[in-house]
Amino acid sequence: MELVLVGLNFRTAPVEVREKVSFSNEQAQRAAEELRTKGILEETLVLSTCNRSEVYGVNPNSNRESANALSLYLSSFHAVRPDMLNPSLYHHYDHDVVRHLFRVSAGLESMLLGEAEILGQVREAYLRAHESHATGPVLNRLFQAALEVGKRVRAETELGTRPMGIASAGMKLAERIFGKLNDRSALVLGAGPISEQVISQLRDRGIGHLYLTNRSREKAEEFARRYNGKAIEWGQWGVALKLPDVIVSAVGAQEPLLTKPMIERAMSARGNRALFLMDLGMPRNIDPAVAGLYSVYLYTMEDLTEIVEQNRDARQGEVPKAESLVEEHIGKFISWQASVELIGVLDVLRDTLKQRRAAFLEERLTGVNHFSPQDREHIGGLMDELIERLLLRPAERLRAEKEHRKKLQSVEAIRDLFLSDREKL
Amino acid sequence: MNHTFVILTVIAYLASMGCYIAFLYSGKEFTGRMATLLMFLGLAAHYVSLLIRARGTHTVPYHDLQGSMSLFGWLLAVTYLCLEIYHRQRTVGAFVLPVILAFYFTSYFVPDHPSSVSTPHGVVFALHVTLSILAYAAFALSCVLSLMYLAEERFLKMRRLGDVVWRLPPLELLERMSHTSVLVGLITIAAGTALGFVAVDRLPGQQAYFDPKYVVTLVVLVLYAAYFQLARTAAWRGARASKLCVFNFVLVVLSFTVVNLYLSQHHRYF
Repeated sequence: MELVLVGLNFRTAPVEVREKVSFSNEQAQRAAEELRTKGILEETLVLSTCNRSEVYGVNPNSNRESANALSLYLSSFHAVRPDMLNPSLYHHYDHDVVRHLFRVSAGLESMLLGEAEILGQVREAYLRAHESHATGPVLNRLFQAALEVGKRVRAETELGTRPMGIASAGMKLAERIFGKLNDRSALVLGAGPISEQVISQLRDRGIGHLYLTNRSREKAEEFARRYNGKAIEWGQWGVALKLPDVIVSAVGAQEPLLTKPMIERAMSARGNRALFLMDLGMPRNIDPAVAGLYSVYLYTMEDLTEIVEQNRDARQGEVPKAESLVEEHIGKFISWQASVELIGVLDVLRDTLKQRRAAFLEERLTGVNHFSPQDREHIGGLMDELIERLLLRPAERLRAEKEHRKKLQSVEAIRDLFLSDREKL
Repeated sequence: MNHTFVILTVIAYLASMGCYIAFLYSGKEFTGRMATLLMFLGLAAHYVSLLIRARGTHTVPYHDLQGSMSLFGWLLAVTYLCLEIYHRQRTVGAFVLPVILAFYFTSYFVPDHPSSVSTPHGVVFALHVTLSILAYAAFALSCVLSLMYLAEERFLKMRRLGDVVWRLPPLELLERMSHTSVLVGLITIAAGTALGFVAVDRLPGQQAYFDPKYVVTLVVLVLYAAYFQLARTAAWRGARASKLCVFNFVLVVLSFTVVNLYLSQHHRYF
């Protein structure tokens, strides 16, 4: 049983290569099926996000050829030449796979250190693979442990508390005011990439009602369809502004779109309930004087950038804590793996010794006629008992071994000393 | 014996405060649970020390300033724990525990003079005093919550977010917690005051008399009822209501100290 990982990420591959090697959900499922039917992997899971494409698997053979087969498969699956793809690929085996995955789900391998989205992506990839029966006992255990690591890192370190992106910083601030956003409403002005990032964050946080408005009505409606929101006519501020608890503006405008009197009227209409405003436009879309209004919280792109910068430094300081959590869980996984390996190797060794015993008796008792079949069976039984007794003590000592690495080393030693290459498989 | 429980109470409360502060910074669920558990232990030890003290002096804890303050601390801890469980919010603990500890410590440093005023006895009277002190404890808690609200609101308005702001409860939750606390205070002070009149009425040969405490209690009740109502209106919700809540508690402190010690003839230490 050996874990293998082949993949690429934003550090090893430019965006052009990452785009070519990314998997849709259907592609991921198909690839996982093919890898198992072709015998390249026994268990498979494909993790594909905008920053990484990775194939995790359990190697049916205890050699490292499956990684090469996996690389070749990736080239053919995505129709990318191997000489173009291979320099971007990394290969990991066994404990390095465990470490890599745990670091990924902890957000330590993310472009934005500690970002929360990756944990959701790992969870989704695992659930899909599990539902399609692509995973087995090893990958199930591995990914459940990875999700646990991710959760603990976010709960127990500042990595999860402090947002790193402009949009997520804004959402975290809104949560400081309202708590969970699932019974709140938001209005997004604009339909550009920044607006899309914010909408995605709002949807991830389960915003109750999402209203969208844009100069181009079609674009607003397209966004509304895509993100299950409601398009509002551009410029109908009297109606639009009294509805939401969160307003995000990211449009190109020379003059402020939302002025102090407009927000004053909106606050009066909403009974002075708190209002959170994010001005992500350049030049600014919201009159800065709005910040002075009662129960109004205004954050501009500049404010949010400053928060993100402060958080970046604070998060960096949390890396050692997160890494120690990762190491703790690696130890737990290795311990589990060692106990599974131990049971497996002892079973194989017992079967091998019994087969050799049978062959030995067959060879030595050929031509010996004074033993009846019952005698031969009795001798066989005695030798089986001897084998069991000989195995008992080493098995007990191995089970009692506290140090996981030592246990695994002993298991490996048994495999090397007593099993042939074929039996090791 | 009582000495042992006093030390146990202090240790449990201090350890709980340490855990609440650690939880505020780290967010570790285990630390938070430990804080709550230690708080429960502190409450139990505090209760036993109050009980031993009452038995030793053959009187209820509110016949002297020491007992009265200690009971206040205990009821504040009870109210806080109920609120923590109801709203599932632990970060407030780091701010409430110092207040509880302050009352507990102070109760052992103030002079041990039992009230010279003869006070009535009986279940109704005991309930009157206990409910009144519970009301003060609930108002103290709402004051802590309002101060937290005002501080967090200021940080958010000024866009100055330190390390702790990310861990504090959301503003609207603090507001809700403060409302719950004031509601508890209003119900208990109304019931406690009514029982006080019943207790006085039952006293043999008691003449009707005026006590400035009546007026102050009525003012406190009206002001908290006003807070409860105003906090839901457009003009007052948010920071203004929180400021009113803090102001109301200043009046409660005056009622508990100046009015009791210098003006009231019958409410020396409660």
